[in-house]
Amino acid sequence: MARTLFEKIWQAHVVEQMPDGTCLLYIDRHLVHEVTSPQAFEGLRVAGRQVRRPDATIAVVDHNVPTSDRSQGIAEPDSRVQIETLERNVAEFGVPFLPLHDTRQGIVHIIGPEQGISLPGTTIVCGDSHTSTHGALGALAFGIGTSEVEHVLATQTLLQKPAKNLLVRVDGRLSPGVTAKDLVLAIIGRIGTAGGTGHVIEYAGEAIEALDMAGRFTVCNMSIEAGARAGLIAPDETTFAYVRGRPFAPQGEAFEAAVQHWRSLRSDPDAVFDKTIVLDAATVAPMVTWGTNPEAVLPIHETVPDPRDAEDPARRQAMQRMLDYMALTPGQALAQVPIDVVFIGSCTNGRIEDIREAARVARGRRVAPGVRALVVPGSGLVKRQAEAEGLDRILTEAGFEWREPGCSMCIAMNPDRLAPGQRCASTSNRNFEGRQGPGGRTHLCSPAMAAAAAVAGRLADVREFA
Amino acid sequence: MPPFTSLTAIAAPLPLANVDTDKIIPARFLKTIARTGLGVHLFDALRYDEHGAERPDFVLNREPYRAAQILIAHENFGCGSSREHAPWALLDFGIRCIIAPDFADIFHNNCFKNGILPVRLSRAICDALIADASLGPNARLTVDLESQIVARPNGETVAFDIDPSRKRALLLGLDEIGETLQRASAIAAFEGRHRAASPWIPGLAS
Ligand code: SF4
Repeated sequence: MARTLFEKIWQAHVVEQMPDGTCLLYIDRHLVHEVTSPQAFEGLRVAGRQVRRPDATIAVVDHNVPTSDRSQGIAEPDSRVQIETLERNVAEFGVPFLPLHDTRQGIVHIIGPEQGISLPGTTIVCGDSHTSTHGALGALAFGIGTSEVEHVLATQTLLQKPAKNLLVRVDGRLSPGVTAKDLVLAIIGRIGTAGGTGHVIEYAGEAIEALDMAGRFTVCNMSIEAGARAGLIAPDETTFAYVRGRPFAPQGEAFEAAVQHWRSLRSDPDAVFDKTIVLDAATVAPMVTWGTNPEAVLPIHETVPDPRDAEDPARRQAMQRMLDYMALTPGQALAQVPIDVVFIGSCTNGRIEDIREAARVARGRRVAPGVRALVVPGSGLVKRQAEAEGLDRILTEAGFEWREPGCSMCIAMNPDRLAPGQRCASTSNRNFEGRQGPGGRTHLCSPAMAAAAAVAGRLADVREFA
Repeated sequence: MPPFTSLTAIAAPLPLANVDTDKIIPARFLKTIARTGLGVHLFDALRYDEHGAERPDFVLNREPYRAAQILIAHENFGCGSSREHAPWALLDFGIRCIIAPDFADIFHNNCFKNGILPVRLSRAICDALIADASLGPNARLTVDLESQIVARPNGETVAFDIDPSRKRALLLGLDEIGETLQRASAIAAFEGRHRAASPWIPGLAS
């Protein structure tokens, strides 16, 4: 029978199927970080249980870590406790660990692929919703809660029901100045924040195939913002070239054998999807969010929408609430909205390609007076690579801050956060109220758009900064 | 996990769609290594002003809703992150049941792992229950898991659907990990087959 890519990976990992369709699913890779794991390790300890496969598990610190000089340790006491707790847990349970001072340290969804830990055809979980990122390699990767983290640690399995399949096909090519981030924001704008609930999204079509791995990670990363737990892209030559030679990837003959298998990882031509959505890449413009969830998004050349145009009263109220929180007025040109802060980084856009994009716009320009602009590499290796290419100098000469790797102002659990009322152009993935600090206002956009905003001092159309 | 069987309690109306996990519990409160004590931060930005004083108009700051054990909301409740701190905060406050037209997947899952019952009912019924819940001290609903019924103050009942295996786990307060560990031999057998079929997945021990 014809099968989707999701079905192929799923079926290869079913340990047992219960009469009601629930499956015991085997997990190949378990990524652990400091925020969602302490209670899981504590649960193991209380029950006297072990980690079943430490060699399929890897831990890293990312959410809490300061991105300024950290040679003096971590100042915030509760962040320090969480990090020290992880250090103790990995030592006690024998879990491989990338500590704060390791150059390989970084955001869990950046380092998994970067180290070759995340591989095509595998099942990957992490106590973090943006685990969907790894699906760009053709892996079934999804976020889980802490109870499930504990379940995977103890059993290397999860109890799951199969998801439905949603195909998002993007035909044609993206226009110049339009990036993977704009594409995924346009997709979310189209299907809504709950459009993917209960589904795994497979992205396909010419525009997806044309993306490099960085762009594919960005697209799959934001699948969760459309409500889907996982995003998938069939592995191809781009994928194999990316994985080849990475430290934890198979090497030599084992790699060639793996590629043989990975070539079979695509949806059969006559596979049936529960839903299909088709987009024309050529119609996608540089995007920016105006509200407090990622579906509240528009092309940068548009104006702030008017709640009075919404037919559903609940929708009208929700829009008004968003505009009040964001301090925007209907009809205002998005490209005229002044900003205070720019954040370039996160698991959505903290890769070397993203920093190159930002540097390309920043080169020879200056951050506007009064604007604070941070660039936070996604990992220590991204940082080192950027420095080898001289990108840090281009950015700092333009007035950007060049920071140490971590989640930083994506979630504001470390000292990088917005003050109440501050407005930020951000390359992260969530514009929820208070996400970047209580009272902070977030406009999601691509790295190039964020760099353009830094220079302009307002939201700006990157196509004017060619 | 505490079992969930039947609950008769005050229901609090929260007629908002897309209540995200940052709204349920902001990230700065995730720096805990415990599961308990988060109830005071539940809905922090909605509940307190910038000086930390209660906002008198927020539902959970009013009587009788301070004692609410049921919450009724609109679409896509719990969207956003996978943080189990969201159900922990709800549970710590006292909420044992959430009724909404639909839930985000991970949050929905996390509820079951913590003895919280998420009930899916149509938007129209949710709005009727929100009206019931707005009746003040009489805003009591009964949610019975065994019979899969919500009973309204006027005596009317509404049936809801639930996955049978999840129902069983909630009713019994099952230790899922303990249950799965009883399948250890099936897991080991799978591991053997899987390793033979995909020898290219190396171990991570460095
Ligand atoms: S960068 Fe942001 S979204 Fe990504 S893992 Fe960190 S906190 Fe989560």
